[in-house]
Amino acid sequence: MPESAARTDEAAAPALLRANLLQARDLAAFRGERLVFEGISFQLAPGGALLLMGPNGAGKSTLLRLLAGLLAPGAGTLLWAGVPAFADRAAWAEQIAYLGHQDAVKMALSVEENLRFFARHADRPIGAALGALDLARLAPLPARFLSAGQRRRLALARLLLSAAPLWLLDEPTNGLDAAAIERLGAMLATHRDKGGMVIAATHLPLPLAGAAELALQ
Amino acid sequence: MSLLLALIGRDLRLSLRHGADTIAVLLFFFLAGLLFPLAIGPNPETLGRLAPGIVWVCALLAALLPLDRLFGADFEDGTLDQLLLSGLPAAAIALAKAAAHWLTTGLPLLLAAGPLAVMLRISPNGLPVLLACLVPGTFALSLLGTAGAAIVLGARRGGVLLPLLVLPLAVPVLIFATSASSAAAVGLPVRPHFLLLLAVLAFLTPLAPLAGGAALRAAAE
Repeated sequence: MPESAARTDEAAAPALLRANLLQARDLAAFRGERLVFEGISFQLAPGGALLLMGPNGAGKSTLLRLLAGLLAPGAGTLLWAGVPAFADRAAWAEQIAYLGHQDAVKMALSVEENLRFFARHADRPIGAALGALDLARLAPLPARFLSAGQRRRLALARLLLSAAPLWLLDEPTNGLDAAAIERLGAMLATHRDKGGMVIAATHLPLPLAGAAELALQ
Repeated sequence: MSLLLALIGRDLRLSLRHGADTIAVLLFFFLAGLLFPLAIGPNPETLGRLAPGIVWVCALLAALLPLDRLFGADFEDGTLDQLLLSGLPAAAIALAKAAAHWLTTGLPLLLAAGPLAVMLRISPNGLPVLLACLVPGTFALSLLGTAGAAIVLGARRGGVLLPLLVLPLAVPVLIFATSASSAAAVGLPVRPHFLLLLAVLAFLTPLAPLAGGAALRAAAE
């Protein structure tokens, strides 16, 4: 696996991610009988970021679900390092971390238990993820005691537990306060510095420097 | 594999936190079973003859109760999306849910079936047969129910649709399991009926998770 190569080459650049290039060609999506969008093409290099802009109902969330592989594309192809991404769904799931509209937080579980199911990479401990979003203090609390913004931060902490290079974020700043948005900005910058990619749908300005924009009508 | 166990573990932990759900299933099972002596009279001979059938019908109905929340909660709070993107095949998610359903519903019903059957004056040689049939039978019900719950996921009035979908499919389980008890009551060999029940389980074990997984993918779209 290229993983060992990445480790030896870490100082120069994350070689693991260098070859990864995301190319979307003429993607189209249907919701039932209705065509939501068509002819979406873009390209994203490691370290890149793409902002999906557009009014409500323009298909930003639909595009993110399509990219995640939850929704089959009506037309077009998505290439990851030159290979069709949806050919092997399990392999594609390894490459992405998806933050949906909903936080996917179980109210009856504690903050830490909520993350434990998703903590599968030994080099990404739960404690560090909680610390990065200022949740360490809340770790033993049941998630039902969290505010909406804290739940969103918990959902964001899940991103830090995955080793996936491509982050798909649907309105990541929903419910976050200014300090949390700053932490999110730092998170996104670190991820991109390591060669990760970010695709985010948003209405509010996101702390994403030098992001390309894709307008959906 | 470890992910599959982690998912089952998470579901068990959740159902422990919502312990009332399992208790409600057991109470329903007992109450439904106790209505029969009131309705058909306390004659031990009649009750004893009907006991296996009563226990089975009550278990079948009780197993349906938690099904509409089996995927519903995960579907509504976005967890299902995360599970589908966790690298587990969708069929494995359905299988894990079936296992969790059996552990939180099938197993308690199995434990409660003995006391209920004794209260209904089941014949002494009928009881082991009833319990032996409940083991594969409840697992088959869990598999069927999981597939049904996945299929009605996202449908309006899914809770009403679910029994209409699952009950007809559960008829073979019911027939083979109760015919084993009838055979035991008249001293005929139980083995053929029991083997047929196992055959139903062997048929459902691969097919129900595959159908459930496909339905989960469709629901997530």
